[in-house]
Amino acid sequence: MSHSSSEAIERDDAPITAHTDIHPDRSLLAESVTINRPAAELYDFWRDPANLVQVMENVTSIEQIDARRSLWTVKAPAGNEVSWESVITEEVPGREIYWQSAEGSEIQNSGRIEFRDAGARGTVVRAVIAYAPPGGKVGQFIAKLFQREPRIQARRDLHRFKQLMEAGEIATSARTSAQREERDEDQYATMNREQPA
Amino acid sequence: MKALTWQGKHDVRYDEIDDPEILNPRDAIIRVTSTAICGSDLHLYDGYIPGMKPGDVLGHEFMGEVVETGSASTLQKGQRVVVPFHIACGNCYHCGKADYSGCENGNPADKQDASREAYGQPMTAAFGYSHLTGGYSGGQAEYVRVPFSDFGPIVIPDDSIEDDKVLFLSDILPTGWMAAENSEIEPGDTVAVWGCGPVGLFAVQSAFLMGAERVIAIDHFPHRLELARSFGAETINFEQTQVYDALQEMTGGIGPDASIDCVGLEAHGAFADNVIDQIKASTFLGTDRAHGIRQVILATRKGGRVSMPAVYGGFVDKFPLGALMQKGLTLRTGQTHVHRYLRPLYTAIAEGKIDSTFLISHRMTLEDGPEGYRKFHSEQDTHTKIVLKPGSQPARAAA
Repeated sequence: MSHSSSEAIERDDAPITAHTDIHPDRSLLAESVTINRPAAELYDFWRDPANLVQVMENVTSIEQIDARRSLWTVKAPAGNEVSWESVITEEVPGREIYWQSAEGSEIQNSGRIEFRDAGARGTVVRAVIAYAPPGGKVGQFIAKLFQREPRIQARRDLHRFKQLMEAGEIATSARTSAQREERDEDQYATMNREQPA
Repeated sequence: MKALTWQGKHDVRYDEIDDPEILNPRDAIIRVTSTAICGSDLHLYDGYIPGMKPGDVLGHEFMGEVVETGSASTLQKGQRVVVPFHIACGNCYHCGKADYSGCENGNPADKQDASREAYGQPMTAAFGYSHLTGGYSGGQAEYVRVPFSDFGPIVIPDDSIEDDKVLFLSDILPTGWMAAENSEIEPGDTVAVWGCGPVGLFAVQSAFLMGAERVIAIDHFPHRLELARSFGAETINFEQTQVYDALQEMTGGIGPDASIDCVGLEAHGAFADNVIDQIKASTFLGTDRAHGIRQVILATRKGGRVSMPAVYGGFVDKFPLGALMQKGLTLRTGQTHVHRYLRPLYTAIAEGKIDSTFLISHRMTLEDGPEGYRKFHSEQDTHTKIVLKPGSQPARAAA
């Protein structure tokens, strides 16, 4: 055995986004989901911005500007909307897409989404997102929207994506169409933990 | 339409609410002909399950007639169907392993956070239960919206088999069956079953069908013990008898080879640990009363199996983890993979090998549902199972 105790590892093998010095709600987050479909099919769906509006609850529209640039509009408090331009900076067809917000955008963000073949389980889809908190009064509004549990938003988007690709539809527990229209995202998430401390 | 709604602890109402609509391609609308009140509905009734909202429509054991179908449903209007209580897609990794109660595709993404936080992974969607499981309107209603209707419901082709014979395919019959399966019965085994509610009684029957030599049934309701005895079980009434002592004596000091906990988080009985649990639950120091599972673990023989179909929601104090380890017990549990058992159990019913109608003690109209909850809650000895018949309502004028 060549293993000696002096070769203690500096860093473990966990993704950096799970390290204890990363605050997932402030700077960098990652979420993964396994989807029982081929990577190429998932990539193709994701690459067409028109499709993404279906799975992203807060996004009201994504307008394609050209092959790499698109204009994203999200809901903001008090009935407002905020837009920014997103640019695909690099892509590996069927495997990875990198994006970055255009210079001067009100919402600064960048990230990548990867589609990794997982054999019989389908495809592991992993999104890594980094963003800078916006400044100013408008920025504070946006911060409230964008930074309130952004990791939960990302996770929900990925799970809606999974539902649509696997089951062919996005689950709703509404009973009527009126209920479905009215229903805001359930913010039960981190408030209201019923378990005793 | 009319439906039974949960309004708060011990408050179930017969309400007029909006009819369900087809919202997704795989949906169907079912006109409910029979629906039962489940023991786990009593956990909601008693306010033990988090994530309920006033106005939620109750009921996860139901069957009926298809009256409307979405574009991707394979059901046809007029077909009679029994609907499994979980909403499973049939397409994902978990469904691929036939672990249908692990499916995440029926639980809306925004409803998954709470159970993910509590349990590590999100819960599967179910009808008529907590918003942790999606908050879907349930089957104690005239009509229900059923998602994934091309995958979940089983069509009952034979009209001569009445509702009462197949209704329990929706939950408790497969649950009793899986409970026995999880106890990995070998020929010659003695199996002890704690709790002779519907699931316990089905577990007793299933254990015999799977080759158990002896089944010992434990409860304190004489009528329920009588039913267990009628299937060939020996009985222990824990109000008359020290359960642990009796089990050791009845098994030559070895203990039962397999034990099945069909009691769960609202264990009855004035045992010291139960009283403490009850105080803790009422002061939010602990959520579950767990006398049953503690006794199960202590009684079971070394190397034995413990099957736990019973519902637990949160934390348990004084869990005998040492006994579990030192005796090398195997603990198997989980929500039932109902979809797995629909066809084989339907076949057994159709062939007359299983008849679960003995369980039904009361049949009521939907309107009498709130009274049904009160009775099922307070008179458990005689009210073994209540089936509501929405179809027996007087027809609505110009509906």
